[in-house]
Amino acid sequence: MASRRVNQDLPVIARFEVRHRNYLAPDGSIQRPLPSFASDSKLLTELYRSMVLLRLFDRKAVALQRTGRLGTYAVSLGQEAVSVGIASAMRKEDVLLPSYRDNGALLWRGVKLEEILLFWGGDERGNRFSGPVHDFPFCVPVGSQAPHAAGVAYALKLRKQPRVAVCLFGDGATSKGDVYEAMNFAGVHRLPLVFVVANNQWAISVPLRQQTACETLAQKAIAAGFIGEQVDGGDVVAIRAASEEAIAAARDGNGPRFIEAVTYRLGDHTTSDDAARYRPAEEVQAHWKEEPIARLRAYLVAQKMWSKADEEQLAAECHARVEAAAERYLATAPRRPETMFDHLYADLPAAYAAQRRELAGEHDA
Amino acid sequence: MPEATLVEAINLALARAMEDDPDVVVLGEDVGVNGGVFRATAGLQKRFGTERVLDTPLAELLISGLCVGMAAQGLKPVGEIQFMGFIYPCLDQLVNHASRLRNRTQGRLTCPMVLRTPHGAGIRAPEHHSESTEAMLAHIPGLRVVMPSSPERAYGLLLAAIRDPDPVVFLESTRLYRAAKGEVEDNGEALPLDAAFVLREGRDLTLISWGAMLKETMAAAEALSVEGIAAEVIDLATLKPYDEDTVLGSVAKTGRCVIVHEAARTGGFGAEIAATIAERRLSSLLAPVTRVTGYDTIVPMARLEQYYMPSVERIMTAARKVCQFS
Repeated sequence: MASRRVNQDLPVIARFEVRHRNYLAPDGSIQRPLPSFASDSKLLTELYRSMVLLRLFDRKAVALQRTGRLGTYAVSLGQEAVSVGIASAMRKEDVLLPSYRDNGALLWRGVKLEEILLFWGGDERGNRFSGPVHDFPFCVPVGSQAPHAAGVAYALKLRKQPRVAVCLFGDGATSKGDVYEAMNFAGVHRLPLVFVVANNQWAISVPLRQQTACETLAQKAIAAGFIGEQVDGGDVVAIRAASEEAIAAARDGNGPRFIEAVTYRLGDHTTSDDAARYRPAEEVQAHWKEEPIARLRAYLVAQKMWSKADEEQLAAECHARVEAAAERYLATAPRRPETMFDHLYADLPAAYAAQRRELAGEHDA
Repeated sequence: MPEATLVEAINLALARAMEDDPDVVVLGEDVGVNGGVFRATAGLQKRFGTERVLDTPLAELLISGLCVGMAAQGLKPVGEIQFMGFIYPCLDQLVNHASRLRNRTQGRLTCPMVLRTPHGAGIRAPEHHSESTEAMLAHIPGLRVVMPSSPERAYGLLLAAIRDPDPVVFLESTRLYRAAKGEVEDNGEALPLDAAFVLREGRDLTLISWGAMLKETMAAAEALSVEGIAAEVIDLATLKPYDEDTVLGSVAKTGRCVIVHEAARTGGFGAEIAATIAERRLSSLLAPVTRVTGYDTIVPMARLEQYYMPSVERIMTAARKVCQFS
């Protein structure tokens, strides 16, 4: 922690604050008056269904990876509320710029399960997905999508379109210049852009306290000149409410916002990781008490919006959807090798045409 | 036709592109009110407004990343990096995003952007202002790399780069900015990318160069002609992808080739051309393909930079040696 000793004789010239938002406690009980949408059982059950689908889908993806039928995969376990919640507050014409752990957002926006599997199964066609055509694909180099989000938002503003860019990343990304450069620019131009950090406490093996000395990540927005808010990332109602507010403000020309969703990665970083190497089981166990699906279910059940029969039906539905998607993925034949050249340039330059022919098994005269 | 310097030709092309297409946006450090530190963007902000001619914060990674985001939304951003020495934070964006957005989305999103930057030694600039690292960029699949050597070609090639549907890095020689003068007709006509230009025809020897080194290469060709050696001079102009047909056709005719570039030798783009010639025209060769390049050392600061850069003498010595080889 940085030194708190300051010279009290000097005048204070600026004060800043960071607010925290939470509606549902880990046991599903109500902490403070709920936003109006919380009485919309259709919306809340849809959020619930999406999170459950995502968790089951993750489980299937890991099973496929463990049996050699999928490449490295990143699960959302424990943080399903973040990407589902933010995506639910977006309009179709808004632009999503996701990180590689944002399957929940992609699914909400209409990307098919088999398309996500196709991507993680090593096929670029997974990124030519059924979601909004202008949405970005998963970003693998951490935080490098933040400047794109600023460019997208600048284009939206230049064309005076009432659309918003939403950029998702993890806590590790907030250490990168990319993210700060984008935030700084978004502040200068009051861009229609919402940054959301899923602060899951761990960047692979590096804990948050080694990532930053800041008490919150939300306060990083202050340095860029706009509002940062911290949200309980296990509370999908809070994520949804914070996202709605931030997106509406951005759409109305009030500039960017930053949302820190405090969550926890209950799973490994990816299927290539073993989190037991660097964090104690007791810590993980403790965070299972805060996870978003049980929390929302407790609320829904208490509100009589959800029953045991609904739960059983949902489980069966999700299982069927996931299995069918996996089958479609596994049945998708690889592209022909020479097609690796087909989207390199709009028109393949003559200089590389011979290499394409070589791959295609054709021989130059 | 009116005469223009190379930097004026760049300015004319930018203005023309902005006039023709409302999607063209110019961004970079000091490109607005100041018109760029070399004045390449002079007058553009006044003419096209602060939204389309944008002074960015001092953050090169951001400039390149903004271009990717803007381009994916259908704008045609032309970013300026103030000097090539400051382009390196952009490499992540160029390698991981700009060059592959089309491919990784299988054509769903594209990246029609141009990143312009001045480069090269010879103007007694401060440290970090004199490098010529084009080969690094030409190594990246999915990019185009263009290096004009005259005002006329700068104008036509920059228009082509801006209109191209894929990302282009456009490298402008600081040494030529004001020294190169020529007639430029502001007619909006682009020159072909991926095409080399034969600046001088000859039967004895092929000299290949690009960017500022064409000045010395052309001077060497002129002096060689006095000695009875007829050199063909090729301005490669676009390094990626480069016009193999023109290079190989010329070498097939002359059988002798000297490649001249300002950049350091090891892994320089001359190596790529020499390898292609060896692979595909070995039987035409009458002498080893030879390179005249900057040395494999850090580009020295002002006091020694003239010794680093290939001189007319070094080019002529190499040319004579190649012609005498039997």
